[in-house]
Amino acid sequence: MDTKNIDYIEDKFNELQSSGASDVLNNIRKEGFKTFNKNGIPTPRNEEWRFTSIGNLFKKEYSLSGDDLKITAADIDEVRLPGYKNANELVFLNGSYIPGLSTIRSSENECIILPLEEAAMGKYKSIVNEHLEKSSLVVKDGIHALNTSFIYGGVFIHINKSQVLDKPVYIYQLSDTRNNHTLSQPRSLIYVDESAKVQLAESFITIGAMDSFTNGVMEIVVNTNAIVEYYKIQNDVVNASQVTTTHIRQIGKSYGHAVTISLNGGLIRNNMNIIMEAEGNEAHLYGLYLLNGNTHVDNHTLVDNTKPNCFSNEFYKGILDDNSSGVFSGKIFVRPDAQKTNAYQSNKNILLSDDATINTKPQLEIFADDVKCSHGCTVGQLDEEALFYLRTRGISKEHAQSMLLTAFAEDVVMQIKNEPLRTYVEKLIVDRLAVN
Amino acid sequence: MLSIKNIHASVEGKQILKGIDLEVKAGEVHAIMGPNGSGKSTLASILAGREDYEITEGSVSFLGKDMLDMSPEDRAREGLFLAFQYPVEIPGVSTTNFIKTALNEKRKYHGQEPLDAVSFLKLMKEKMQLVEIDKSLLTRSINEGFSGGEKKRNEIFQMAMLEPKLAILDETDSGLDIDALRIVANGVNKLRNKERAIIVITHYQRLLDYLQPDFVHVLVNGRIVKSGTKELALELEEKGYDFIKDELSLAEAV
Repeated sequence: MDTKNIDYIEDKFNELQSSGASDVLNNIRKEGFKTFNKNGIPTPRNEEWRFTSIGNLFKKEYSLSGDDLKITAADIDEVRLPGYKNANELVFLNGSYIPGLSTIRSSENECIILPLEEAAMGKYKSIVNEHLEKSSLVVKDGIHALNTSFIYGGVFIHINKSQVLDKPVYIYQLSDTRNNHTLSQPRSLIYVDESAKVQLAESFITIGAMDSFTNGVMEIVVNTNAIVEYYKIQNDVVNASQVTTTHIRQIGKSYGHAVTISLNGGLIRNNMNIIMEAEGNEAHLYGLYLLNGNTHVDNHTLVDNTKPNCFSNEFYKGILDDNSSGVFSGKIFVRPDAQKTNAYQSNKNILLSDDATINTKPQLEIFADDVKCSHGCTVGQLDEEALFYLRTRGISKEHAQSMLLTAFAEDVVMQIKNEPLRTYVEKLIVDRLAVN
Repeated sequence: MLSIKNIHASVEGKQILKGIDLEVKAGEVHAIMGPNGSGKSTLASILAGREDYEITEGSVSFLGKDMLDMSPEDRAREGLFLAFQYPVEIPGVSTTNFIKTALNEKRKYHGQEPLDAVSFLKLMKEKMQLVEIDKSLLTRSINEGFSGGEKKRNEIFQMAMLEPKLAILDETDSGLDIDALRIVANGVNKLRNKERAIIVITHYQRLLDYLQPDFVHVLVNGRIVKSGTKELALELEEKGYDFIKDELSLAEAV
């Protein structure tokens, strides 16, 4: 990292600490900055970052949030996800939640959506104090700590007890790079109370020709009998990079379902963590990366089974063309107490060019004796037999390829339970794979 | 219609076909029989355009065009159809969508407009009856989880939809029970006409009882060693392939 950047970050940090009104957040930031200074930006020498080098991303000057911002409602219209008229829309700009551009359509009876600072000082102070930054117990690297150092302008979402939200929560992460490279560090804490249900969707949009780098952390706390669905859609421009962590803690017997769709961007690192903190939890993680150009996507998943009788299933698929590269690292911990764990993992890849690469690595660390765990990965080309079969019926090679790839991707896309979103993603994929 | 001249083909350096000559005219049904490993399926594969084989000598013309230079899809669009011995399962691709795509690509090749949804459904319905295939199979992914009989029936259904000028049935009878065999054979018989030629590749007489071929050829060790009428098939059924092999070794000894 450039010394100029370090000084700038330190100045910004001090500025934030002196203005910060919440003692809870001040303390968390302080600890975060300590860790950041100790660990720095992760390098490939760190095993978890072996195939994804983010050092170069810090060799330029970024502006941090607080600079002059000029996003209008018209800009937001360009980026809304389908089904938005029946959704809560939260707009983040360069990492900060902007209530003025957001639309909350659910009632306060159903859910409470507040700036994180406000939540940390009011009625929800104890929840914020108890649950924010629990992710650092698992993610100990400097890039996560950098986000923590700058917790400011985040959002707090409380899904009230027994409320089944009929309106999903759409989160738009906007980066305005029309005047500067920007470093966006969004932070959110989502608390899903007992027997509540919520659908979350997050998308990333860069407006402008300069570079954006989003270093985001979202923590989701899921209570007993609650259901959480989370959809992450990455279809940004090539000058947009990100390291984003979704840290889901299932603290009561509950159900988690996450789908990560990566279609476009520069360098993308997704940390998807599921912490099974109660007996009988269930979680399903899906991912699809459909890459071309020089895009790099690294999916790091973690399923940490700390209690007995938890079930998890992971299914990630990738199609890589051109010079693109992918990483799948799936870590499963089964702690000594977590007897009767069922944990499954599968990663399948198709390489369409000689220059595309994939590094796939399952990591199972099992400390209990009565468990069922399995993992498997494949890397290959399209099924030649299927291709020939289609061609013998008069279908061109290109069209046959497109049909087979679309079918390969559909396995994951069908896991998006929000219908307008699924249709939208299906169309993006069909258009991308279509024969011109 | 189809003219095969002195075809030699090899795979991974191993010579499989060692000079095949065959003339097929419109309206004719030819049966190609022979023991395992004689090259029957190889012949079907090179006609359909499978790329694993190297053709070292000879030529194939189809409707007056050099077929060996054509891609598999162009051969199909020109009117060739191969019913696979082992139809491929393709998860995630619906049978209906697949057939519609195939049909419309063929139409496009011939300068025709794509079929609209109503005409397509009407055509499907008509052909479904012809080969006695259940509609529920066609809403599923291609051949996924189909029984052996259902897969073969689906092949004949596709043949009915694509209306080829020349159909090659590669061991379509293998793995079928008597009822399924009858249904498949009836389907093929209904698709016979004066313009369409059919090549049936088989081990057994069974299918030929239904189809009544005009010509029977015996393929042994990469060559057609004997050709005749359907009576030849009966003779083979009775005496086995050994009698031909005996004849051959006698001839070679002379």
